Amino acid sequence: MEIVERIREEARKALEEKKVELIIGFEEGSLPLRTTPAFIKSIDAVERLIWNATCENNLANYLLRLKIKGKVGIVAKGCDARSIINAIKERQIERDMVFIIGVPCTGMVDRKGIKERFDEAEILEAIEVNGQIKVKGERFEGSFNISDFLYDSCKTCTQKTPSLYDVIVGDEVKEREDVDEFREIREFEKKSPDERWAYFTREIESCIRCYACRNVCPLCYCKECFIDQSRPQWFGRSIDESDRMIFHIIRVFHTAGRCVDCGACERACPMGIDLRKLTKKVEKDVVELYNYKAGIDLETVPPLATYKEDDPQEFIK
Amino acid sequence: MEEKVISREKVVTFIDTLIGKYYVFAPVKKKDFISFDEVKSGNEVYLGYRNSKDSPKRFLFPQSEVMLRYEKGRLIEEGPFDYGKRVIFGIRPCDIKGFSLLNKVFDNHDFRDPYFITKRDSIILIGMGCREPQTTCFCTSLGIDPGSSDGADLFITDIGNKYVFQILTSKGEGIISEYDGFNDAEKADLDMKEKVSEDAKERIRTKVEISGLKEKLDGMFEDPFWSDLHEKCIGCAICTYLCPTCHCFDIEDETVNDKGVRRRNWDSCMFPLFTLHTSGHNPRESGKERMRQRIMHKFNYFVSYWGDTACVGCGRCIINCPVNMDLRKVINNINHG
Repeated sequence: MEIVERIREEARKALEEKKVELIIGFEEGSLPLRTTPAFIKSIDAVERLIWNATCENNLANYLLRLKIKGKVGIVAKGCDARSIINAIKERQIERDMVFIIGVPCTGMVDRKGIKERFDEAEILEAIEVNGQIKVKGERFEGSFNISDFLYDSCKTCTQKTPSLYDVIVGDEVKEREDVDEFREIREFEKKSPDERWAYFTREIESCIRCYACRNVCPLCYCKECFIDQSRPQWFGRSIDESDRMIFHIIRVFHTAGRCVDCGACERACPMGIDLRKLTKKVEKDVVELYNYKAGIDLETVPPLATYKEDDPQEFIK
Repeated sequence: MEEKVISREKVVTFIDTLIGKYYVFAPVKKKDFISFDEVKSGNEVYLGYRNSKDSPKRFLFPQSEVMLRYEKGRLIEEGPFDYGKRVIFGIRPCDIKGFSLLNKVFDNHDFRDPYFITKRDSIILIGMGCREPQTTCFCTSLGIDPGSSDGADLFITDIGNKYVFQILTSKGEGIISEYDGFNDAEKADLDMKEKVSEDAKERIRTKVEISGLKEKLDGMFEDPFWSDLHEKCIGCAICTYLCPTCHCFDIEDETVNDKGVRRRNWDSCMFPLFTLHTSGHNPRESGKERMRQRIMHKFNYFVSYWGDTACVGCGRCIINCPVNMDLRKVINNINHG
């Protein structure tokens, strides 16, 4: 049975047995290479659920954002499941209030990357067949291996198969042993502080402070974000360089030891800012200093929630 | 009306001529998108674009604008400040319509916003007709023609090897006279111009039903429709910030020690802080009320106040939404729900 049918079957069962109030999954989007989050509340609507390589949103976000009373079913990729683990560990959701339909994921397709291939020409149709995306435009047609056009966060993913689930649909995807997920960051670290600052400054220049990066992030569930506080007001709301920078710097610090590198922030950014350079650097630091990766299991205590006498402290000056 | 033509190559020289005399803003390539930015050379301009990522509304209504400066409680300097003479080169008809909608809000019988008006009066608009509208474009549903010169000082149509420049105002006339490389348009050029405009119009196949929408929304404030609609919306400001018609702002004083500036910054109805009262009460507490506000403002309240719809069908909110909220679908659901 195909993954999509198994998702529907599990969703139908869960709704029939009144195990859940609703199922959060994906349905057909309105644009080529797009799906859209779906909130399935009745058995009749189950057929709307789909699964393919464009199910790019991290649905765990909705568990924290929507005030849903009762148990929620959710379709979760490896990274979505890591976010759920994180949310459980941070006591934002209770394990038994979420029914996880785990989907082993082979990576999501980078729609911007494919679009770039055709310059300004518009993609009119995209169909996924056996690991390939067939793309049609007005003056072109092309076929791509999905594996050649994955999002950067998918290329370095180390948790394709969800590690937490109630049911799993599809066969386990072999995790790649040879992934060097911090290679790019190590390269970046080799640059001088001036070069790194210049890079950061240039990236942030196009930020319009729409806060899509914050709002798609399953970590950003604070009842009142520091950005929105007015007493005290921590920084200005203008688009001056310093205001923009402070927003990004503080946001990324808040992801330390918590970010699962799902890549949602970067995908959401309308201005194409290289946000993962920041989050991945902080992720690397936490791995190196505290040997901790977020969202892997429910047991390991996160570094921010514990203290060890031999914790590294060289960076405290 | 007078029409001139110029070869593709000469357009670059024409822009170069303008650069010495005006601040010229034109579409330029940035990463994987196009945006209007100041150009220092005609070669930087990218005219093969469909439309820019963000709307050029910020030239009239900047995302962040200093209104005045003060020190020790006393006014030091008050705007509007001089932005110089600016030319916006290559703005699309939908975005020009956006300007005219903003104009209704910022310059009317009750309010005259000097910050807006000063900028508007010092801007010269060189519009450019569309050749290849996208599938997300639905301007014709809003009564906008992708080849329409309405509101422009000069209007360009790309007819292949040449550009036809239509002179519409004395400002436009002035700009043309800066450069002697123009020739009078011949009949063949004008025929071609017509054809390009017709073709562009033909290409817009997305239709959204706007007539009757306002009346339908009149009775929908308490409709259960809004409860489900907002669910997938994450409440960011992409749709409102990229929109050519959204115009909400917030004014705040930024004071450090005794010195400060008063600023006007864009605000978005999609943010929880937008209507938060000092008491802590928020009349638009959840995404439901906020999404309703966005739709109502565009398609109902704005129509009541100004007799026009606050949407130009540019499709930016559709293309850029991180969760694929499609305004066309929303409108269709309202019409047929």
